Amino acid sequence: MKNHKGTVEYFFRLIFLICGIAAVFCVLAISVYLLISGIPAIREIGLKDFLFGPVWKSERNQFGILPFILTSIYGTAGAVILGVPLGILTAVFLAKAAPPRIAEIIHTCVELLAGIPSVVYGLTGMTVLVPFIQKIFNLSSGACLLSAILVLTVMILPYIISVSETALRAVPKEYEEASLALGATKTETWFKISIRAARSGIIASIIQGVGRAIGEAMAIIMVSGNVANMPSIFGSVRFLTTAIVSEMSYAAYGSLQRNALFSIGLVLFLFIMLINGLLRLVSERGSNK
Amino acid sequence: METIIETKKLNLWYGDHQALYSVDVEIQDKEITALIGPSGCGKSTFLKTLNRMNDLVESCRIEGSVFFKGKNVYGDKVNLTELRTRIGMVFQKPNPFPMSIYDNIAYGPRLHGVKGRKKLDEIVERSLRQAAIWGETKDCLKKSALGMSGGQQQRICIARALAVEPEVLLMDEPTSALDPISTGKIEELALELKENYSIIIVTHNMQQASRISDKTAFFLLGKLVEFGDTEQIFNSPNDKRTDDYISGRFG
Amino acid sequence: MRKFKEFILNTGMRLAALITCGLLAFIIGNILLRGVRYITPQLLTTQTSYLNDTIGILPNILNTIYIIIVTMIIVLPIGIGAAVYLTEYASNRYIVSIISFATETLTGIPSILFGLVGMLFFTQLMGLKQGILAGGLTLVMMVLPTIVANTRESLLTVPNSYREGALALGSGKWHMIRTVVLPNALDGILTGCILSIGRITGESAALLFTAGFGLRLLSFFNALQSSSATLTVALYIYANEHGNFNVSYAIAVVLMLITLLLNLSAARITRKIKDRRNG
Repeated sequence: MKNHKGTVEYFFRLIFLICGIAAVFCVLAISVYLLISGIPAIREIGLKDFLFGPVWKSERNQFGILPFILTSIYGTAGAVILGVPLGILTAVFLAKAAPPRIAEIIHTCVELLAGIPSVVYGLTGMTVLVPFIQKIFNLSSGACLLSAILVLTVMILPYIISVSETALRAVPKEYEEASLALGATKTETWFKISIRAARSGIIASIIQGVGRAIGEAMAIIMVSGNVANMPSIFGSVRFLTTAIVSEMSYAAYGSLQRNALFSIGLVLFLFIMLINGLLRLVSERGSNK
Repeated sequence: METIIETKKLNLWYGDHQALYSVDVEIQDKEITALIGPSGCGKSTFLKTLNRMNDLVESCRIEGSVFFKGKNVYGDKVNLTELRTRIGMVFQKPNPFPMSIYDNIAYGPRLHGVKGRKKLDEIVERSLRQAAIWGETKDCLKKSALGMSGGQQQRICIARALAVEPEVLLMDEPTSALDPISTGKIEELALELKENYSIIIVTHNMQQASRISDKTAFFLLGKLVEFGDTEQIFNSPNDKRTDDYISGRFG
Repeated sequence: MRKFKEFILNTGMRLAALITCGLLAFIIGNILLRGVRYITPQLLTTQTSYLNDTIGILPNILNTIYIIIVTMIIVLPIGIGAAVYLTEYASNRYIVSIISFATETLTGIPSILFGLVGMLFFTQLMGLKQGILAGGLTLVMMVLPTIVANTRESLLTVPNSYREGALALGSGKWHMIRTVVLPNALDGILTGCILSIGRITGESAALLFTAGFGLRLLSFFNALQSSSATLTVALYIYANEHGNFNVSYAIAVVLMLITLLLNLSAARITRKIKDRRNG
């Protein structure tokens, strides 16, 4: 009887261990596969020509992804420039100034914003934003980098707001009391002291937003035009992500084009790993204070 | 000696609970006044009414008046930020901002629009000297204030409060979180400061009160039981309750 | 000057909050406005027919349901198992930190990369055809961290006294977990499920090349191995490739309703858990 119980216990312990390792296995599989599938094209094209080549024309076997890298960087930067002030101001309001009932409402709004599927953002952008931009700036088509930046801004907003809000709420009361006792107003205290004290949490939220923006595909494929140009604010552009989606369905199996798309995936993966690493660094520094 | 702060029939409630009962007191200029009494007697609460830090508590309600140089602190049109500039505060647990020592001291002046580098340098040096910590900090002004010891942090907080040139300095048990040596330094500091500032200090340490204060106020259960010259309070108190507390029969 | 700055910041804060809420109101309002009128019984209960020139999204609704079922059936045991391992069995801190690191990393990977790897691994390497099965397996990787995190949090709220009580009565560890711990952690598991279903419903990039673009009505078992578009992918196809915004908006309304429902239920349950933890 005891033996039987022992082996059953051992058996289940093993099962749970395997489940635990599942996540590790996934990460390894993903890394390995992206590497395996991404390297061949890079080998064939040459790392420098691939990363820094300014022309991507698959018909002519030209596979430089600099336009995509720059577009992704500019797009993300734009979203951050617009989204961070908006997000932090909202976060301060939520964490400090808003009466509880209003804070609840805003909270719900932020949560809902985070839950909207990317394709719905894309649809709204495509049917409302793009024609609007076209009209206002007198363009032949409103599907451009600017539209993508605006959509990305709205998409990263919930992340910045919720993480920053948590960080701001965690600021010790003593700092704020000290500031008030020196004759500062509440608003001055929030913006000079609370934000300063919540600095690492806020930075973490921004990095998270960056990760989200750089990985977004469906929302922006519907609003950015999808021509493999060097980025210009009113021009049709392709991001690292949309480049993959745009050509994958018709890239011939085993062709250099298809392999090059995998290589873009690899580059994207490395970008993301870098950003995630940065995030961990900042979070750890923050908690070590 | 003139009266700098006077309270008349000061009552305070936190919600339904009354914390101060009709407190009448006259605090003199350029003296150290100690507020003593057992835990929960209302001395800290009383202190916080003077610079209206109690306003931060939602449920707090006040009746009566607090006069600072003749003007009612709770009157209409009182400029809160100006009030708190003229009546400064040092807290029980040292709470320097997570910034450099320089930026901590310069915070107050910058609030008031002081911008020039030279002017700020002057103010920082003057305040740190007044707080008797210039020597220990002059070579590391850019260092984070959080890296200093508890006693040093408290003196930095005092310097920070002095930087805006207040007239009164409120100290809420400023040494209870510190070691004896730092405590001694701060007590010395208080004695120096009273030449230029009026100091009101809450303390649960009676020896401290008798060491450094000119006048003492004894609070019990929200009421001001006795107020007078420190010597008289400690050697020949009028009220039996004061006598009991001082001789350690309770508290 | 100081008063001016104060004014700017105060107005700025309120304006920002207003803009944030306004954006949400606008997006939802726009979708409802342009989509509700196209939600007809015909749309919801038929499949698109070129012969009759009608559009129906029944296949896509079913595909979404199919893929939710497939994903959840696979991810629940694995995710719960992983969480159980982390809270009940793991003694080696090294292993725990590796697993935590891996789970965290998974959360940060964008869906398009899951889609790529899913396509490579499941359809190319393992020879599955594009379909619900390949798509579901891909989503399992995406949703695993959510299940693990929520289950783990819930397991941690189960008081140790329960565990000790069971063990003291002679119960084996697995028996204790099965009878005492897991039943009390059900609401956390449920929250994880709801959040995951929400994520699955809204996912698109990971499914493009794993589940495919097919718009035909299929049975469950056929859909597993045939190109089947879920609601989100269908929205994309109808908008981008057919230019039919009306259908897309109608789909958007359906998606929003589902997301809203799921979000609200998850929030309710999370609040109950919080109360239990503090109570």
